[in-house]
Amino acid sequence: MRSLQSTEVVIAAVLVAVMVLIGLINPAFWGVDNLFSLAKANIVIGIMALGVLLIMISGGIDVSFPAISAAALYITVRAMVALDYDGVLLPFIAASVIGVLLGAFNAFIIERFRMIPLIVTLGTASIVRGLVLGLLGTSIVNINKMPKELIAFGKQDLVTVTAQNGATVGLTAMVLVYLGVAVVMHIVLRHTMMGRSVYAYGGDPESARRAGVNTRRTIFFVYCTAGLLAGFAGLLHSSMIWQANPRDFIGLELDVIAAVVLGGASIFGGRGSVLGTMIGVFTLVMVKNSLILMKVDTTWQRVVVGVIIIAATAITAWRDRKKLV
Amino acid sequence: MAAKAERKPLIRRLLGEDAAIIQLAAITLLIFVVMAGLNPDKFLRYYNFESISYVMPELGILCIAMMVAMLTGGIDLSIVAIANLAAITAGLYFRHPAVAEAIAAGGAGVVLHTIMGVLIALTVGLAAGLLNGVLIARLRIIPILATLGTGQVFAGLALVLTGGPAIAGYPQAWTWIGTGKLLGIAAPFWILIVVATVVAVVLRRTHLGVNLMLIGTNARAAVFAGIRSSRMILYSYAMTGLMAAIAGILLSGRTNSAKADFGSSYLLQAVLIAVLGGTNPAGGKGRVAGVLLALVALMLLSSGMQIMRVSNFMIDAVWGAFLVLVIAINYLRSSR
Amino acid sequence: MSEYLIELKNISKRFGGVRALDDVSIAIRPGEIHCLAGENGSGKSTIIKVMSGIYTPEEGEILVDGSPVGRLDPIQAVHKGVQVIYQDFSLFGNLTVAENLVLNTYLLEGARRMDWPRARKMAREVLARLDVKIDIDADVESLPASGKQIVAIARAILAEARLIVMDEPTTALTRHEVDALFAIVRDLKAQGIAILFVSHKMREMLEISERLTVFRNGRKVAEGAMRDFDEPAITRAMTGLELEDELYAPKIDAAATPALEVEDLRVPGIVNGVSLELRPGEIVGISGLIGSGRTELARALFGMENATAKTFRVSGKDVFPRSVQEAIDLGIAYVPEDRLSEGLFLTQSIERNMVVSILERLRRGLFLDRAAMRDKTEQMFRDMQIAAPSPETAVGNLSGGNAQRVMLGRWLLTGAKILLLNGPTVGVDVGSKAKIHRIIRDLAEKEGLAVLMISDDVPELTGNCNRIHVMHEGRFVAGFHGADMTEDNINDSLKALR
Repeated sequence: MRSLQSTEVVIAAVLVAVMVLIGLINPAFWGVDNLFSLAKANIVIGIMALGVLLIMISGGIDVSFPAISAAALYITVRAMVALDYDGVLLPFIAASVIGVLLGAFNAFIIERFRMIPLIVTLGTASIVRGLVLGLLGTSIVNINKMPKELIAFGKQDLVTVTAQNGATVGLTAMVLVYLGVAVVMHIVLRHTMMGRSVYAYGGDPESARRAGVNTRRTIFFVYCTAGLLAGFAGLLHSSMIWQANPRDFIGLELDVIAAVVLGGASIFGGRGSVLGTMIGVFTLVMVKNSLILMKVDTTWQRVVVGVIIIAATAITAWRDRKKLV
Repeated sequence: MAAKAERKPLIRRLLGEDAAIIQLAAITLLIFVVMAGLNPDKFLRYYNFESISYVMPELGILCIAMMVAMLTGGIDLSIVAIANLAAITAGLYFRHPAVAEAIAAGGAGVVLHTIMGVLIALTVGLAAGLLNGVLIARLRIIPILATLGTGQVFAGLALVLTGGPAIAGYPQAWTWIGTGKLLGIAAPFWILIVVATVVAVVLRRTHLGVNLMLIGTNARAAVFAGIRSSRMILYSYAMTGLMAAIAGILLSGRTNSAKADFGSSYLLQAVLIAVLGGTNPAGGKGRVAGVLLALVALMLLSSGMQIMRVSNFMIDAVWGAFLVLVIAINYLRSSR
Repeated sequence: MSEYLIELKNISKRFGGVRALDDVSIAIRPGEIHCLAGENGSGKSTIIKVMSGIYTPEEGEILVDGSPVGRLDPIQAVHKGVQVIYQDFSLFGNLTVAENLVLNTYLLEGARRMDWPRARKMAREVLARLDVKIDIDADVESLPASGKQIVAIARAILAEARLIVMDEPTTALTRHEVDALFAIVRDLKAQGIAILFVSHKMREMLEISERLTVFRNGRKVAEGAMRDFDEPAITRAMTGLELEDELYAPKIDAAATPALEVEDLRVPGIVNGVSLELRPGEIVGISGLIGSGRTELARALFGMENATAKTFRVSGKDVFPRSVQEAIDLGIAYVPEDRLSEGLFLTQSIERNMVVSILERLRRGLFLDRAAMRDKTEQMFRDMQIAAPSPETAVGNLSGGNAQRVMLGRWLLTGAKILLLNGPTVGVDVGSKAKIHRIIRDLAEKEGLAVLMISDDVPELTGNCNRIHVMHEGRFVAGFHGADMTEDNINDSLKALR
């Protein structure tokens, strides 16, 4: 535990240093509007990252969650449009259930056929994307057709302030949703036996089995929960941007995995924390979004993300270095 | 060579004793028969196979590259980005005013500059592969994350170099590589055959190949046996990068354009075909023949479904389902 | 109430065609210290797994407190109070001591919540009960082996063990730590907990056990009260052989250039100044506990450690191998302790396993010379008398003894002049053991190899070496040769270590 806390301190220190640096280059960084939009940009990717964190603690990896998110949001919204249903709670439940089912599919293949998660989730991603685009089509449900209550839900602000230029900027209330999910996740990981079983399984699967951990249930819990969070985050994204695009989140797995690794989780399993992950997500989102503020051409975004992944993994590789001989 | 090996029937030597490969050959044949049965007049046309022979090589080379990375228990998620970056760098070279002028003038200059372009693309691929190799073998970053990161960097650089839109206007000699014919067979297909043969020979007949298999089987024991593991792994990623660049040349030659996000679905397909072809993603097992069989199986499947007017998205889904199915079959077979 | 806590009656278990257990019975009384002795492959670990519900036997009956249990599964076994401490301890390095201690118990109770305050309280209590001081908030991976073992024992106690099975518990411990362990074990006995030691180190077992069961080749060959046995009797029962005292007495040419001369070899923090001379034809033994630096010494000689030395001469030439490749080129070979993870490529053929270290030399231009490869392999395959259909067989299908001979063959192919053996017969059955010893002696005597043999097995050293060093805390603390080189002397020397 101590080492985890110290990892978090290191990441937080990096974060603060980067913030100061960006602020020096462009003081507009500290503007309320910028900070609010940063917070907003954290929400969806952050919720997904919490799911990926869970999977990484168990020693796995998931590249199918963007496909699951997109499937959940698109199926749900299309169903709402088709049924002419408007509402908030039921659709979110539906999206989450879709996520859980797809996560259960991952878990089933991984557990039953003992295949490495990367390959399985690559396959799942391909199946899910293919079926959604092939069966439901590729047309975007835009703001005119989007269920109104869903839009209204995503529009809510927590606080609004008047920025220096006179415009009103608000902090989206969805931040609370994100924080709520994070708190629940923290409690699950830290204070339930299921959460501890995930750490135990990620630390040493064989020992976990001997200790009486129900490894099958653990794997299903991990992938289903990650699926749930992906489905939920997908619909949340949709309600925040007022449209449903079945091609959303393509390539997002790289960003999310990078953020989780940056947050100190070990790809070998057994290590990682909610707080660290949230800091990791914030750092990544901030750097990406601040390139414009730093007057860097946006085409450099991917290069920057790539360098961050390499740097973060080089550091964790050094931390986790298992002497090969 | 000793006579003993020669005594085995040719088919045995090509396919090996590997049950996975025999099973795969059966699946391929089955797909062929079913597709031919469903649309005999369209599927069995010469044109159909000819078009497969143009599209297949670029993916095939990426699959072999992926297999090489998987031999040591690694993976290379940056191959598509390397392919695009290599093609784009060469494209920029052709755009250089002096070069463009020389090419416009025609004559031997075209061939000369095309060769230069190929060399540039290959150098880019090699350098990118070496970078991966250094990160993985020397800095000990695990391959998934290292190549995830470099893939972003390479794709990002490609984006920076092009500013977004596709690069077009490759010289004719370059597009010939992707669309031409040699002795009645597609030029890219020849290249696939050469690459496949070279890699097969490297894996079976050179100490690099045997070392890679052994490292993939047991990395710790490899150190105790005196294998220069990190150098071998470095070479394997260099090979992978080089092959990715070749695939990039074929892709840009065939479409006469290059773009930062071309062929992004190839990445998944390459992993899928490598695994289908009997490559063990945990390392130590993989054969070029298996990968080629899996490639042919899936190309036939896709082309058959395209003839049946199944959407490309559904084809993607079928590929994914195929992967899961093969995982299940392999598991059930090995646990028997 | 039955006389026995747990009784296994007429158990048989087979794996494929191999009979791992053949109609064996073992019974353990409440609160007794019982020793199960046997060589590797005698069925010891199989019976543990039957007892803990991991394996289901084909035949036989299991009784707990006198009443039969139908099919024992792991969870049931734990409920019945059976706890196994495996050699690797099965702990979670990424979790704290406190959490490791309570995890099993909580899982057993079916708890849903992770009650941290109670965990810390229970951890403190159980460690106090064992009278040991361990930081309950430390990650387990930061503990030394002895600390991990105590955590494993404490965990078993917390899970309300009535029988604790310990698999080779003393291998990684110094004598001092063994004494501390035995004190704990006696304490447990006083609390009514039965202990089953599973070991092949009988000397220590003699000290503490009350009853003994001996297995050989999947059968029970002896049982009874410990006082009815002496050491030779146990050895006879375990091996089925009278120990032949055919000592190794080579004629060493004292004037010959030593194959290896090392002076003041150091590996920071582990090997603290070792000087060693190996002459052609000599077999020099090293005895010492795990953690004494013996493995690191061998690895340093093999170019694997960041070592320094005042002198390092191979056949009279000043050289210092900085990598495994350099060591191999100098004619040094190392057969590691853990054959499965460090030595062999299990899914690969015998041929590839044998030629792996000479691949560079088998190059003809760009390609491997496959004819030469096959010739060399086939010859070595015959020389080493490997029992397999052909050199194409995967090494994973071989028995321990055959696999070890593949390792020896690999190094002979490199033309090694100096052979470093670490636990040369670990996991090898009795018959094969003698064969391997014969090969090693022949290599030294007839081929003039210089051999360094590191072993836990004192009789193996006294039977095959012409000199023996005892190593402790990175130094040679005692040396024996000639008439002094007896099992008793070496055991006494090991016992004196603190």
